[in-house]
Amino acid sequence: MAASVETTIARSAQMQPLATSHLFEASEPLLLDCGQSLSPYAIAYQTYGTLNAAKSNAILICHALTGDQHVANVHPITGKNGWWETLVGPGKPIDTTRFFVICSNILGGCLGSTGPASINPATGKAWGLDFPVITIGDMVDAQVRLIDHLGIAQLFSVVGGSMGGMQVLEWAARHKERVLTAIPIATAAWHSSQNIAFHEVGRQAVMADPDWAKGAYLAAGVVPRRGLAVARMAAHITYLSEKALQQKFGRNLQDRAKRSFSFNADFQVESYLRHQGSSFVDRFDANSYLYITRAMDYFDLAAEHGDVLANAFRGTTTRFCVVSFTSDWLYPTAESKEIVQALNAVAANVSFVEIDSDKGHDAFLLDEPEMFDCVRGFINAAAAKIGIGKQAKA
Amino acid sequence: MNDMDATQTERPILRAPAPSRVDHLLIAEMVAPSARVLDVGCGDGELLQLLVDTKAVDGRGVEIARERVNACVARGLSVIQGDADRDLADYPDDAFDYAILSLTIQATRNPRTVLQHLLRIGRRAIVSFPNFGHWEVRTKLMLTGRMPRTSNLPDRWYETPNAHLCTIKDFADLVKAIDARVERTVVFNWSGSQLSPRSPLGLQNLFGEKAVFLMRRPEPGR
Repeated sequence: MAASVETTIARSAQMQPLATSHLFEASEPLLLDCGQSLSPYAIAYQTYGTLNAAKSNAILICHALTGDQHVANVHPITGKNGWWETLVGPGKPIDTTRFFVICSNILGGCLGSTGPASINPATGKAWGLDFPVITIGDMVDAQVRLIDHLGIAQLFSVVGGSMGGMQVLEWAARHKERVLTAIPIATAAWHSSQNIAFHEVGRQAVMADPDWAKGAYLAAGVVPRRGLAVARMAAHITYLSEKALQQKFGRNLQDRAKRSFSFNADFQVESYLRHQGSSFVDRFDANSYLYITRAMDYFDLAAEHGDVLANAFRGTTTRFCVVSFTSDWLYPTAESKEIVQALNAVAANVSFVEIDSDKGHDAFLLDEPEMFDCVRGFINAAAAKIGIGKQAKA
Repeated sequence: MNDMDATQTERPILRAPAPSRVDHLLIAEMVAPSARVLDVGCGDGELLQLLVDTKAVDGRGVEIARERVNACVARGLSVIQGDADRDLADYPDDAFDYAILSLTIQATRNPRTVLQHLLRIGRRAIVSFPNFGHWEVRTKLMLTGRMPRTSNLPDRWYETPNAHLCTIKDFADLVKAIDARVERTVVFNWSGSQLSPRSPLGLQNLFGEKAVFLMRRPEPGR
């Protein structure tokens, strides 16, 4: 998701692999949950640090809805810091001097991995709406192929927030033996009705824009800027909290002393949202937004396991650290607690912390020292148990 | 994870305990090495850390106070934010070798239900509690006519988290009522010394400040 992830991409529509990212081009087709088979496909990814000889120090970072693989490097296009540099880097809780960190652009994304803006080999044109509808499980399956390709049998940890946390849970459920520790943050085991509703508003905004051209805007040489911007504006509100908005903007007016008695952006909060919307359009593909939000809506880990969430984790030996934030109303603490309950029901090894923050859902991307301490402590304890070296003093 | 426990590194053995937590040392002595342990009401993780350090247990904690949970996780313990009254029902039978409730049962809403859950979740349950039958408590109530405050029970009646204080005799009655089997009882006096297990219950109830019960549920058919 991530508002503060203005880190990311500054390009519209057509997405070629970036020169700075590695590209894994799969040789085998990917069988998708919808029943279709996708081939060819490619996954763009970044790595940090060094894989040790035992290949036991690899950590996979899973990004959120509008994130990308540039988790801990200056973005090659925007020039901004990596979207999770607060958590990942030398001496950080996920310490790249000890761990080999991998972050890939998700399947369906628009920064180098195969998605609806990629070329459909059957037509020679962008996939558009011919791209198959994908799921969180499909994203994870593509990551599994990448991890296979890198020769890593077991990940030391899989870490992600929001939609990234859904991928973490899917990894832990589908590939128990390959996940030593899992850190799902600000997430849920299923998408709530309210969250589906917000996503539907966003999708309808995109599709209502005539420049969406029934999904074929790339061929038409246009971009549904207005629709995608409105989608982003609506979504952005859900990433914050009422308190955070009120504290940041209040009822302050933007560059004027009085109301203008018009529909201009009189209020600072309006101006802020408009900026969020328009800058997002410059870095994100509208169809990718439709496909990825759909994948999140479809996510329901319990439904995949006989409507009993605990079944998803039965037999797990993974150590979990579940994190939520007090003011996150998009993925509230109660939904993290459901995950914890399911893990307790199979007597899994789980830690659960709720971090006190007024920053809303976005808190997981921001400077939250208590979260950093918990992640650091959890990772260090697990690393000590398998003999991965101590962290150098910061 | 078992493979992880096997590689648990040596750490310094017992630090000198606060005399108030002699019950921790006793509990650590009761727990078998490498056991699976759930510490309900684990606070800042002192007992859990002791068990991890000295017995290499696979330890988990439940704690109601968020700041304490986060402090535990930050020091590398597996702890969840939760409530003994509400969350023990989530765990399956026999999930742990020991389910521990250290100086917490008197603060629960339903001590009987909590104790039954402990005996269900753990093959053994270890419960420690402050003894309200201690002579100092009795005399303070009798002589002052006010709720007694002692070093063991320092809070005023309107501030204390304790909701269900009991004496050693009371607790023994509850154990009998739910048909649990007591394997060992240890009672500590004010100085942290153990009272002789052979002394009569009435005397232990008078001179004991804290008690620790090691219990298990009766085997089926007995």
